[in-house]
Amino acid sequence: MEALLRFQDVSFSYHTLDGETDVLSHISFEVKEGDFLAIVGPSGCGKSTILSLIAGLLKPEEGSIFFHEQLAAAHGTTAIGYMLQKDHLFEWRNIRKNAMLGLEIQRKKTKEHMDYVDTLLEKYGLEEFKTMRPSQLSGGMRQRAALIRTLALQPRLLLLDEPFSALDYQTRLEVGNDIGMIIREEEKTAILVTHDLSEAISLGNRIIVLSDRPCTVKDELQVVFPDGLSPLEKRNEPVFQEYFQSIWKEMRHHDGAA
Amino acid sequence: MTEQHKSRQELFLAEHRRMKYTVAAIRVISLVCLLILWEVASRAEWIDSFIFCSPSSIARCFVRMASDQSLFYHIWITLYETMVCFALSVLLGELFAILLWLSRRFARVMEPYLVVLNSLPKSALAPLLIVWLGANVKTIIVSGISVAIFGTILNLYTGFQEVDNEQIKLIRTLGGGKLQILKKVILPSTMPLLISIMKVNIGLSLVGVIIGEFLAANEGLGYLIIYGSETFKMDWMLMSIVLLCLIAMVLYKAIAALEKWYAKR
Repeated sequence: MEALLRFQDVSFSYHTLDGETDVLSHISFEVKEGDFLAIVGPSGCGKSTILSLIAGLLKPEEGSIFFHEQLAAAHGTTAIGYMLQKDHLFEWRNIRKNAMLGLEIQRKKTKEHMDYVDTLLEKYGLEEFKTMRPSQLSGGMRQRAALIRTLALQPRLLLLDEPFSALDYQTRLEVGNDIGMIIREEEKTAILVTHDLSEAISLGNRIIVLSDRPCTVKDELQVVFPDGLSPLEKRNEPVFQEYFQSIWKEMRHHDGAA
Repeated sequence: MTEQHKSRQELFLAEHRRMKYTVAAIRVISLVCLLILWEVASRAEWIDSFIFCSPSSIARCFVRMASDQSLFYHIWITLYETMVCFALSVLLGELFAILLWLSRRFARVMEPYLVVLNSLPKSALAPLLIVWLGANVKTIIVSGISVAIFGTILNLYTGFQEVDNEQIKLIRTLGGGKLQILKKVILPSTMPLLISIMKVNIGLSLVGVIIGEFLAANEGLGYLIIYGSETFKMDWMLMSIVLLCLIAMVLYKAIAALEKWYAKR
């Protein structure tokens, strides 16, 4: 099957007056339609940079990124939905208007698109909170609203940049579970970036392990669980621990080598 | 337990109320005492009643000028000029701050000039403005604007820059460009800042207008003060100052009400 996204030998550095910082070094991977790819790596290794490159917010210095076999930059950003670390729901808008933000920006506020957003809000339990301000909602509900804001533009590919890291541990488990289920239900292709191994294993069906900066792909593996398990249920499977141990060892090993 | 709890809450509320009323009472009583002392001192010739005037003669002056309508005309002129200055300083300030935000290069070029103009005592400009624009309303409006606008621009621009970069990134991930960032994030998120700047500007506009009226007017409260000082009509001066206090308070309260309305909305 043809790859939805192909990241080909990409290198990237940040430039400041103090000098150059190499962030990515010759990174290659592919994402197929329906994949849930989890990218794990130590904090600050440049995982978010990968997502910014895919979304076209940054341009690769070397290598190319193909989306549907076209150069990603030419594709624009509407087919790619990006979910940031914090929900960034705007306090001056109510939940429904926050969810419509993307439609407003893209000038796609048609009845059809707005109905779609309303359906999502209803389907994922935000119906009665539509007219409320973000501060009146719990962290979990806010994160769901943020996901609906992203889904509103009906992206082909979802980018999740540690979207649960701002939440406390218990909410984090619940929201991770929620978001994982929603993405599966809406049949989206997704790339999740996280430094939390268990999150990566419970949500992804493929995992890429990155090294410290300048980051390279150290390992890539398939994660297979019995069908139909929710991310939370996966955490209780014996095989979960096995994956955890082997990736953990892999990451430690490279730390030692560095 | 709840009974006890309730009574404690009631005690707390009662304490709070008592504090509020005490403060209000002391405020009123001290003002009244001061006025009485002033009146008595002036009548008993402890102070020179010609120079220091007295509350009763100020009140008489007010009644006299109110009955021939001339007072309201002067108040209206000052109020009108202040409102125009206020509106223009806020509007032009916001526009200019947006221009600075749109072009970082322009902002960096302008920054030192704005800082200097902001620190410059604007009263120094007034005589110059009279020569350039003539002794008329134009001069008063421009001097009023000049007092408020540079601070407005600098504060707003700083506020624009302090907007969370991640919120800007969000708009970019949704495919928005610079104008969308401005419209959806920068302007709405700096509304509270704009309102607090308005609170400062309403006062500054009044300052600028009075400076202007001192030098270039034959109407308005600033003119009454200057004319009163030249002709030793102390009651005119003091009455005008009292009226300015009231105007300043009312205008400030109006903006505070706007702020409250915005927060509740």
